[in-house]
Amino acid sequence: MNRGVPPPIAMLAELTHRCPLSCPYCSNPVEMAKQDSEMDTDIWTRVFEEAAALGVLQLHLSGGEPASRRDLVTLVKAARQAGLYTNLITSAIGLSERRLHELDEAGLDHIQLSLQGTDAVMADKVGGYRGGFDRKMKAVEWIKAIGFPLTLNFVLHRHNAHQLLRALELAQEMGARRIEVATVQFHGWALQNRDALMPTRDQAQQVTQHVIEARQALKGELVIDYVPADYHDDYPKRCMGGWGTTGLNVTPDGQVLPCHAAQSIPHLQFDRVQDKPLAEIWYNNSAFNAYRGTEWMSEPCQSCDRKTIDFGGCRCQAMAIVGDANATDPVCIKSPHHKDLQSQANQHAASIDAPFVYRTAPGKTREPAE
Amino acid sequence: MLAQEIPTLPRGVRLHYDKVRGKWVLLAPERAVTLDQIGHAILNEVDGQRSFGQITTALSEKYNAPQDQIAEDSGGFLDALRARRFLDVT
Repeated sequence: MNRGVPPPIAMLAELTHRCPLSCPYCSNPVEMAKQDSEMDTDIWTRVFEEAAALGVLQLHLSGGEPASRRDLVTLVKAARQAGLYTNLITSAIGLSERRLHELDEAGLDHIQLSLQGTDAVMADKVGGYRGGFDRKMKAVEWIKAIGFPLTLNFVLHRHNAHQLLRALELAQEMGARRIEVATVQFHGWALQNRDALMPTRDQAQQVTQHVIEARQALKGELVIDYVPADYHDDYPKRCMGGWGTTGLNVTPDGQVLPCHAAQSIPHLQFDRVQDKPLAEIWYNNSAFNAYRGTEWMSEPCQSCDRKTIDFGGCRCQAMAIVGDANATDPVCIKSPHHKDLQSQANQHAASIDAPFVYRTAPGKTREPAE
Repeated sequence: MLAQEIPTLPRGVRLHYDKVRGKWVLLAPERAVTLDQIGHAILNEVDGQRSFGQITTALSEKYNAPQDQIAEDSGGFLDALRARRFLDVT
């Protein structure tokens, strides 16, 4: 271990950027990795082995839609063989009953299922995919029958925030042990949908209230994780549990990032798993070291008693909104940009007629649902 | 946790020896809980067959400690896991 840097606990493996859905809230970068640049089965297998040897315990298989990878079952098997806990983050589009059984045999530990809405009208509109909700619900029956542990991930925004209580019921009907109530975060593609998606301040407060009540009512039955609407908040989120302390992210083409959105910070230089061992990247890559600890901070973070609680908040958000990745996250009440951000948030939320800008990908020609 | 209740680790929750950190951990959906010696000793006895009472009896003999003390310590630990849905009870 180098200079007291702990080994990572979790790795997000973005197997592909391909996805059948076109969600306007997509947090993947606007410029995505093309299919022909995706790493093959053998390289991913080596990366899983390197990750386990480095100390990673939890592997999140994500994308895009990981089920778009034809070798998904083989990859799950390889990850389990390496000793990793395997979590599939999916919309369930592309998961047939047969494939789910194969994933079961391969040792898949857990499924995190995304929910775009609690009925077909909402879900298919948000996902931009007709029939998507019905296919998801069909897959849920198979998941239930096999007995996979299930977490539901409800991405909440201005258009579906009123469906929260139904989403909580749905999670219980599906036999989920946990639901993530994740208010939309504005990274990557989602940034251009702030007018369309920003919840109002009232909505954000109501959601928080519902979450508090539901946690009490459903104690021991359904665990509720909550990501609040941070534009309306007074303190920023502790990004990634601390930059370069807990997790790492591997893109479809092999770049290793300290966080999912780190490519939005232009001065960071990333290494690839094709060129260097994962351990060397984790401990020595300059992008990982850029925001470790607290030395990089300036005021008001440097003298703040919360600096080791939230580490100045999200670097990518500071970059996107203030134009300076070293700045205090403008969500923070101590940031000179905090007031601007809050009025911006209210303006976004008041743009009631703003249309969804659906996610597009290279080579994708399908028309959105509406 | 009541003496007659039978704790069991549900699917997707398992003990794992973390070679890199030299510690036992409980792996659960998207979480890893580091276990101290006591935590590991308790979960090692959880087999989905024996009741909490039987488990604390076994531990009290094994570690030569009073059973009610063990029940108090391990009961709180298991209840916390149960609240997070990392432990089922029948």
